[in-house]
Amino acid sequence: MTNELLTMTVFVGILTSGIRLATPYLYASIGEMFGQLSGVLNLGVDGIMLMGAFSGFYVAYMTGNPWLGLLTAIIVGGLMGLSMAFISVTMKAQQGISGIGLYLFGLGVSDLLFEQTLGSIRTVSGFQQVHIPYLSDIPYIGEIFFRQNILVYGAFALVPISWFFLNKTTWGLKIKSVGQNPAAADAMGVSVVGVRYVAEIIGGILAGVAGASLSISLLNVYQQNLTFGMGFIAVALVYFGGWTPVGMLLGSLLFSLVNAFQLWIQVKGVPISPDFANMLPYLLTILALVFAVRKVNQPAALSRPFERGES
Amino acid sequence: MAKSRRSVIDRFLSGYWIGPLIPVLAALAALAVGAIILLLLGANPVTAYQAIIEGAVGSQNSIADTVVKATPLLLVGIGICVSFRGGMINIGGEGQMILGGLGATIAALALPNWPSWAIIPLCLLLGFVAGGLWGLIPGALKAYLNVNEILTTIMLNAIAVQLMNALLRGPLMDPVQIEQGSYIPQTARFSIATDLPRLIPTRMHAGTLLAILMAFLIWILLWKTTIGFRIRAVGLSPAAARRAGIRIKRYGMLALIISGAMAGLAGAVQVLGVNHRMFTDGTATGFTGGAGFNGIVAALFGQLHPLGTIPASFFFGAMIVGANQMQRTVQVSSGLITALNGLLVIFVVSSEIFRKRLAKKKEIEELKNTTQRPNPDQTMMEPT
Repeated sequence: MTNELLTMTVFVGILTSGIRLATPYLYASIGEMFGQLSGVLNLGVDGIMLMGAFSGFYVAYMTGNPWLGLLTAIIVGGLMGLSMAFISVTMKAQQGISGIGLYLFGLGVSDLLFEQTLGSIRTVSGFQQVHIPYLSDIPYIGEIFFRQNILVYGAFALVPISWFFLNKTTWGLKIKSVGQNPAAADAMGVSVVGVRYVAEIIGGILAGVAGASLSISLLNVYQQNLTFGMGFIAVALVYFGGWTPVGMLLGSLLFSLVNAFQLWIQVKGVPISPDFANMLPYLLTILALVFAVRKVNQPAALSRPFERGES
Repeated sequence: MAKSRRSVIDRFLSGYWIGPLIPVLAALAALAVGAIILLLLGANPVTAYQAIIEGAVGSQNSIADTVVKATPLLLVGIGICVSFRGGMINIGGEGQMILGGLGATIAALALPNWPSWAIIPLCLLLGFVAGGLWGLIPGALKAYLNVNEILTTIMLNAIAVQLMNALLRGPLMDPVQIEQGSYIPQTARFSIATDLPRLIPTRMHAGTLLAILMAFLIWILLWKTTIGFRIRAVGLSPAAARRAGIRIKRYGMLALIISGAMAGLAGAVQVLGVNHRMFTDGTATGFTGGAGFNGIVAALFGQLHPLGTIPASFFFGAMIVGANQMQRTVQVSSGLITALNGLLVIFVVSSEIFRKRLAKKKEIEELKNTTQRPNPDQTMMEPT
């Protein structure tokens, strides 16, 4: 057993699926990070992911074109993000609770749509693997990193892109300032409401893509509650990753590798109860939250609606 | 012209009855959006809603079903009232309910020969304690390590499900299942002594009365005792509570423990009153029926007031029973009800802004009317 655990193929297998499984977490957590940096806690990510997963799957299934599916997921995710912005920014609803409302809405509507349109579990030919020339031929490394599909590459590309956006552009600065000190940003003439809307819409789009990455790129199947609470883990990853893109990358990878390892344990029939193996990711999340002491980056105005004239 | 119209609306909005009316308006709005979704899907909203009403209150049996379904919602919901009032967002009702069910199950299986008068209270107590412990974990993590309780309670839901699966597929599995080789993940049926008394010859059981009694007890706790006052003070303004000498960490944690204990009791009542055994379909909702989540909706709908949660729970119990009927008769997925619940939560929390605006306006008017400034200390004084 121990010998088998250490063979190279097993190792490569775990890493390859680990990289793949990191995809939805990366999209969702980076999206949630944008929202949180602007001061909005969106707990409805999982609901948005489900809507993105279903709508993307449905369109890809009907048209046979995964790109149209992705586009639909982007639009649906963006609209859900817009609704969350309206609820939490304009209506100033308590975000912890309204996010759960959004989650229940997404869970219910995706289920309803699935039952009324497809009715049974179908498969779709989603995005195909893209072999990067030359690089994909490198032994092991090529298999792990360079024979993935476009959405996987996109997720990893998002890390430097969002880093650049947050740290090197005025828009990034605006988002962070609105989350740290909305009153000061407001005094500087930054529209707190506008920036939070934009951040939430970006977050919704990315959550929609995260859902689509499950249904039309990784699993190529849709069933009820496909995400199984991944969106909530993505929210936890934002805390764990300390509100930085690199933190999201590390958190997503750690999480997906543990998941891949856990799946492998189950497939291999290692004598650990699969139920306890299933528990691992969640236990890890709680531990991660406990030990994620880097709260220095936490947006000071997180989950606090902005009211001019109130500190 | 515009001014006078505004004052009419203001007068309209400033009646006392607007408070209890908000959830009703929110429900109507949610139903309207649900109807639009159904229309877009090509389903007939009138027949769908008709099926819900008929399924929920159409016959004696369906009314009994509604009452049975409302019971865990009420128990979870009154717990939610305590935690939300204490500023703790407890999303862990599902997990706490599962732990409560497991606690009661272990007692019921371990002591098959005990008489009813002893075993039922013991099972309920164990459920209560197990749920409370599952609330203690996020409560303590929040109080002493400042870990976000929303996220930990959600994670503890998932952990509770796996714990339940592991126990029901392992040590707690019905020996008959193992003998027959069918390995269905469920326990043996508990002894008849553990069955909660039935109210009338229907599925209704005494757990409902217990739930209503607990709602009154929680109301007394929150509004008539010092502990309750402190919990609410912590939720309203932690800073002010601290200045008033309240140990805010301790009371926040206590709110979450009580909340968990109530959900645990809901789980215990569910196994003793309805299932008479514990079983799992691998997910949380197989056992809880989603009551851990829907209890939150019921509590919000009841304005986070334990007594308001009573009618709210019966309303949602009816919705759930009706939705199952709708799924059977007019083939509209019961996902509709989940979506409506979500909309309801959103509408209820979004409508808070109107109430706050109203309160502020009243405050300003009072300030205008009184020459004497209110003493700020007076508002935070503790009753002795």
